[in-house]
Amino acid sequence: MRALDRKMLRDLRRVWAQALAIAAVLACGILMMVGMSMTRATLSGTQAAYYDRARFADVFAGLTRAPAALVAEAQALDGVAQAEGRIGFQAVLDLAGQGAPASARIVSLPASGAVLNLPVLRRGRLPDPLQPDEVAINESFGEANGLLPGASFHAVLNGRLRELTVTGWVLSPEFVYTIAPGAMMPDDRRYGVVWMGQAAAEAAMDMGGAVNEIALRLTRGADERAVIAALDRLTAPYGGTGAHGRDRQMSHAFLDGELTQLSVMATTIPPIFLLVAAFLVNMVLGRLIKSERTQIGLLKAIGYGSAEIGWHYLKLALLIGTTGAGLGVVAGQWIGTGLIAQYQQYFRFPVYLRDPAAGTMLLAGGLGLATAALGGLQAVRASVRLPPAEAMSPPAPPAFSRGWLDRAVSALRVRQTSMMILRSILRWPGRAAITLFGVMTSVALLVASYFMIDSVQIMADTLFTQSNRQQVTLVLSRAQPERAVLDALSLPGVRQAEGAFAMPARLVHGHRERLTAVSAHAEGEALARLLDDSGRAVPLPAEGLVLPERLAAALQVAVGDRLRLEMLAAPRAVLELPVARIIAQGMGQEAHIAADALFAAMGVAPQVNRIHLLADPEALPALTLAIKTLPAVAGLTDWHEVRRQFDATLQANMVTMLTMQTLIGLMTAVGVVYNAARIQVSERSHELASLRVLGFTRWEVGFVLVGEIMLLTLLAIPLGWLLGYGLAAGLVGAMSSDLMSIPFVVTRRTYALAALAVFAASLGAVLLVRRRLDRVDLAMALKARD
Amino acid sequence: MDEAQITDAVFRVSGLTRVYRTGAVEVQALRGVDLALAEGELVVLLGASGSGKSTLLNILGGLDRPTGGRVFFRETELTRASDRALTAFRRDHVGFVFQFYNLVPSLTARENVALVTEIARRPMRPEEALDRVGLGARMDHFPAELSGGEQQRVAIARAIAKRPDVLLCDEPTGALDSATGVQVLEALTAVNEDLGTATVMVTHNAAIQKIAHRVVRMGDGQIKADARNETRLEPREVSW
Repeated sequence: MRALDRKMLRDLRRVWAQALAIAAVLACGILMMVGMSMTRATLSGTQAAYYDRARFADVFAGLTRAPAALVAEAQALDGVAQAEGRIGFQAVLDLAGQGAPASARIVSLPASGAVLNLPVLRRGRLPDPLQPDEVAINESFGEANGLLPGASFHAVLNGRLRELTVTGWVLSPEFVYTIAPGAMMPDDRRYGVVWMGQAAAEAAMDMGGAVNEIALRLTRGADERAVIAALDRLTAPYGGTGAHGRDRQMSHAFLDGELTQLSVMATTIPPIFLLVAAFLVNMVLGRLIKSERTQIGLLKAIGYGSAEIGWHYLKLALLIGTTGAGLGVVAGQWIGTGLIAQYQQYFRFPVYLRDPAAGTMLLAGGLGLATAALGGLQAVRASVRLPPAEAMSPPAPPAFSRGWLDRAVSALRVRQTSMMILRSILRWPGRAAITLFGVMTSVALLVASYFMIDSVQIMADTLFTQSNRQQVTLVLSRAQPERAVLDALSLPGVRQAEGAFAMPARLVHGHRERLTAVSAHAEGEALARLLDDSGRAVPLPAEGLVLPERLAAALQVAVGDRLRLEMLAAPRAVLELPVARIIAQGMGQEAHIAADALFAAMGVAPQVNRIHLLADPEALPALTLAIKTLPAVAGLTDWHEVRRQFDATLQANMVTMLTMQTLIGLMTAVGVVYNAARIQVSERSHELASLRVLGFTRWEVGFVLVGEIMLLTLLAIPLGWLLGYGLAAGLVGAMSSDLMSIPFVVTRRTYALAALAVFAASLGAVLLVRRRLDRVDLAMALKARD
Repeated sequence: MDEAQITDAVFRVSGLTRVYRTGAVEVQALRGVDLALAEGELVVLLGASGSGKSTLLNILGGLDRPTGGRVFFRETELTRASDRALTAFRRDHVGFVFQFYNLVPSLTARENVALVTEIARRPMRPEEALDRVGLGARMDHFPAELSGGEQQRVAIARAIAKRPDVLLCDEPTGALDSATGVQVLEALTAVNEDLGTATVMVTHNAAIQKIAHRVVRMGDGQIKADARNETRLEPREVSW
């Protein structure tokens, strides 16, 4: 080994802790990049392969009832490659040993075998078309309820209680993510998908020779919008509820949202880490070179060229870069594997096609090296420029001069130790800025992680305790006169019952349109109220629609504009209605209207298609038992159970996720503070030792070091809040879609937690370095000149 | 001079040894030193490099601890003092002047002195201390804007501003040319005379010994000679 290389390794040994801190910051960026990209690549590759093999449909349409022959007409539409019709409906299930009822989406399997959305058999066999009581269920539902092939359960089909026998477990591209309509999270115990033979489904629903769902696969290059429009025209006479593409298919939309989020994380966060790492390399290498200026002079004097010396120091930077990139790639693979395992619980694919994202890995590794090299370059350039004679003489003491800023500082009349802190910041503003920047990004990253809890809690709070105060919501199989609410009052233990009416609708304003739902609210409703973001109940105007901001913006309407509302289910009324109010409602996607106004405009007697119930808690088991067998009920939501499930899922996922994000988020603060403090100690050991000699205690001397860093930390915190707010807003924007909107709220608790965590981390890092001051040999420190 | 003769000693040292270990190498810096220093005395500790004079000074100032022997500052035994007590000792009783000044570069001359007056019990005003060393006109300059001699005089001002009981100087003129060095010595003797501060000055520069009351010669970690100057010279009368 050449002597110069040996020197490089020894230099590295001297600054190993600092080099490791930089490598760790670098590794954080790389691991995010690699981990997220790998997860994304695996998910999207798996998705693409699965969709292709299982022939996932491109367009979906629901309708009331159409002759099966309509499927052939749909097949003949321009741009359609394949069409399939089937019967699909919601049903209440009664599972042995489960008090509360479950619900399921029941879909028929075409007699001639499915051509689209092929179910993939995981266990057992598909139901025998000749056996009307045989069904297949989705794998996660089977697992959660222990429903092995051969087991049976009860279901209320079209008002009749039936016993069904499980023949097998399947997966389907339509239900990669299985979530009950209106639920916030999957609940495999209480919501499943049931496949039933076509004949059995026809018989159960009195739909002989008819279908109520059509799925299409398009030819390559087909115009999806045109096909959707054509299909809408085709299904309109049969009660079509509006065809849509994959973008509004529940499972696909969730999967896609997740993929977008992963992409955003993989591209926006890592650059921050890389930037901080580059600054740190610059700072540490700059200091090392400064302390070795006499050696550089000597090397030059004995004949080493500038290029050789420059390359010598650059190698040190590259070594740090390699370590960081290596650590990042390995940790990224590890984290990616963990993330994929977590996704496997929610996104059910037959196989996960692992994609290590080799391209990203290479790119990340290259970026790591480039970051370190760029960071080192400037420091190295300065080193090789020194003429040898000048390099060998000790550096001049840092010049402090009296600018206006300094006069302002002097006027503060603070103690001299505080003055040292202020002057040091003024004298090396670049270094202070790096510390400021690193700490600021830490705070920002934490704010951007923690605000998710705020959003989820706001969602949960709105959903569970404010809007929905009922315990149970019954979804009726068809709209009924208001009298049905009175009937519900006679159910066991019911103290209060409230009818509601909601249905899918298309809102049209000029050439803009949105598929959404309209919800009618009866006057004086107390259980399921319409609330805005501030938690206030919104009074419904006597006429006209109330729209949440996002929907109004998408349609480009203002108060007073008129909209066309097309109901997408019977009675399929088309109404011209004014926009009466636009409300701030982060999560809102639906249009609202007063029940009286809606039914008056429709010219029909008031109706309900769902009923909210408030019941005595002790009567709940009896109530759920009674509901299970009510023919008019197509499904129900037990809000207590939803909440329990929600909290359990949240805790299981959030704790690990937050711990990891906190650790990663704090890394830039720790890396920057540790390095800044180490450099301070090495540059100012004389000065600080002098203070000890003059009779200052360890803590008084430590104050000069700790005070400066903590002052910068305090300054950085509000800046970090601002940046974090921006980051969070960006993330929300990237993740929100028509199907899903995340309320954007950053609470004071989030700001406080982020600030506290970063403050503690900075303090810890600087105190770790402060201990070095105790080890300074006073007599020696004063003798030796740097 | 016999130790017993000094009744009003600031420092009493007996059997002092100091061994440095660096790896396998042992360096015997002090090999049994006995010494007493009187109040108000100006003592020059003379010796070649490695003779142990700086080690002795550092131990007297509470910057280092001996391997064996005892050191008393008045009635207090420094050799038994805790780290905290040594810090308090330096803070309240000792003024240091070093070869390389050790000023805080980010503080002006006045502020460097204020650094000490802020924590001292009965300090003089920083301006007064700087006047005493003849720097009243350059108080608002940063160290980088002062010459070596000026920086050293700021260090002296900083050392005396707390009205210390002893002033310990390690090669105070070591980094200075003769003319500048004389200015620094004048400042030191003036302080010794005006304030009566016991002063120990370590140097390898034999020319300086003439200005002292007493000259202690060290070699090989021991005291080789200890003599009073019957006639002292003024600093401006010496040169090197």
